[in-house]
Amino acid sequence: METTPQEKPPVMGKNYSYASITEKISALVLRQGTPRGWLFGFGLAFALVMVLMTAVGYLLLVGVGIWGINMPVGWGFAITNFVWWIGIGHAGTLISAILLLMRQEWRTSINRFAEAMTLFAVACAALFPLIHLGRPWFFYWFIPYPNTLGMWPQWRSPLIWDFFAVMTYGLVSLMFWYVGLIPDLATVRDRAQRRFTKVTFGILAMGWRGSARHWHFYEQCYFLVAALATPLVISVHSIVGLDFAVSLIPGWHTTITPPFFVAGAILSGFAMVLTIAIPLRKFYHLEDLITQRHLDNMAKIMIVTGLLVTYGYLNDIFMAWYSGNEFEAFLVKNRFLGPYAPWYYLMLACNVLGTQLLWLKPLRRNVVVLFVISLVVNLGMWLERFIIVVVSLHRDYLPSSWGIFVATGWDYATLIGTLGLFAALLFLFIRFLPVVSMAEMRELVAESKPEEAAVGISRQRELTMEIEE
Amino acid sequence: MDVYGLMAEFMEATDLLEAAQQAHDSGYVHMDAFSPFPIEGLSPLMGLRHTRLARVVLGGGLVGLVVGLGMQYYATVIDYPINVGGRPLASWPSYVPVTFEIIILFAAVATVLGMLALTGLPMPYHPVFNVAAFKEATSDRFFLLIEAKDSQFDLEKTRAFLQELDPVDVHVVEP
Repeated sequence: METTPQEKPPVMGKNYSYASITEKISALVLRQGTPRGWLFGFGLAFALVMVLMTAVGYLLLVGVGIWGINMPVGWGFAITNFVWWIGIGHAGTLISAILLLMRQEWRTSINRFAEAMTLFAVACAALFPLIHLGRPWFFYWFIPYPNTLGMWPQWRSPLIWDFFAVMTYGLVSLMFWYVGLIPDLATVRDRAQRRFTKVTFGILAMGWRGSARHWHFYEQCYFLVAALATPLVISVHSIVGLDFAVSLIPGWHTTITPPFFVAGAILSGFAMVLTIAIPLRKFYHLEDLITQRHLDNMAKIMIVTGLLVTYGYLNDIFMAWYSGNEFEAFLVKNRFLGPYAPWYYLMLACNVLGTQLLWLKPLRRNVVVLFVISLVVNLGMWLERFIIVVVSLHRDYLPSSWGIFVATGWDYATLIGTLGLFAALLFLFIRFLPVVSMAEMRELVAESKPEEAAVGISRQRELTMEIEE
Repeated sequence: MDVYGLMAEFMEATDLLEAAQQAHDSGYVHMDAFSPFPIEGLSPLMGLRHTRLARVVLGGGLVGLVVGLGMQYYATVIDYPINVGGRPLASWPSYVPVTFEIIILFAAVATVLGMLALTGLPMPYHPVFNVAAFKEATSDRFFLLIEAKDSQFDLEKTRAFLQELDPVDVHVVEP
């Protein structure tokens, strides 16, 4: 129980007690009536979900021809969006699992909604490979189930690896999130006034009593699942990277692809966490739980991952020259001078300049600037996926099979629709579940009472001595 | 038995820890402590060891390893062998990603199910919920329960013992 000198700004506002933490966070769930801003935001998001339903419905009716994909660009927006969304999810697992194992206390107030973000991003991501299948109703052929066709999935294909990776990631993230929620669900159960709320949260909390036995195994479980989720999250985007690296397309067939994808995933994920956290703390008055220090730390992680991604871009250029492979060299030229060059420059501006601007403290500390930069990086990371997918595919080895990809309205409708789905799920989460982990915040409160803890321990020592005597 | 146990209510985690230590030293075994967040040092007083769940995880992972590798080997070598340019049928490097994911999935599911089994959740009814003040146990109160099935339990003596610990209140827990 040593207390380190408090040089850094605190991870939470002062003057919080166990009860006021409970009060503040459970009130967001238990309040009667719904704020008008929430209704407006949810309504807007829900309208976009309807756009998604229309786009996917029409796709099922007509086929993937409604998109701009063609030969040679068979992947188009669908895979771009898939890689982008699944990458966004990674920051949630990084915050909740890796920072937990590293005992970074500042993660406490942001881990809950970051995990929710992971789940919703995976839900959006998983949609794309399915609707890209051509005949999505046969998606269950991915699953190795006993079938009358006598067929198995192709175990040597990265697409099957990808299916297992995303499925595992989704399920493990869901379990991790739910386990983390149990004590807080019990808190809401015990504070609910209305019978319906009591029963619902009672069922969800499964009879949690907060007994020593519960906490004992709960904590072990939480740490163990975190330890499992850590290699998992690295493996998921690596396997997504392998989807590309195992092929022979210029720009994809390199060993840097998996780690480069992981770095990009973390960058885009933290950008999305900031995009959500900044309005959330503003509108729900959580500034002293999600503090300046949280934003600052996340901005710093974006600087580092921004540098890693920049290294990836430079490495692409270097390897194109060093390998002496004329197709790789052509790819780099095509990125800089080809038909998609403006997007490449925009991507570099977003991901390299955008992230490195955060070295400047006044910019990093300015919430509005940080929010704008997070949006810029989200855009930049989407463009990166687009460049990787489209620029490599549209001009590969044989000039006679070159082509151009132009996105159609349906492409955009599907992308915007998943943004709506993501936002709608987040709005529902914010309204109906505790957005900050109350149990973990209470632990922080307990630790911030060093004098009481010290008194307690010395009294305990006296008592045990008395008993021994 | 008309009483499930006696429960003392405290304001601070340190008070609960102290009380649990005293109860432990006085020889009570069938007891439980309730808190709105995990308290370090409480588990040994309640007689809880820490290795069991780790074994469950290892078991889940090993099952995942066998299932993952076995399924892919069976599919590609025994049930549906395809000769691709004379390459080996048992091409184990390509089995690694799926095997890894299945190990993680099985281990994680085993951990969560193991946690539920060891904590006895879901448990829709428990006598401690009969105490009205207990709903604060998930917010800002700390409770020490001594169960009636403990050999040392005696309604009056145990009550007196708990009163000595300087609690906010001592509640009788109906079964």
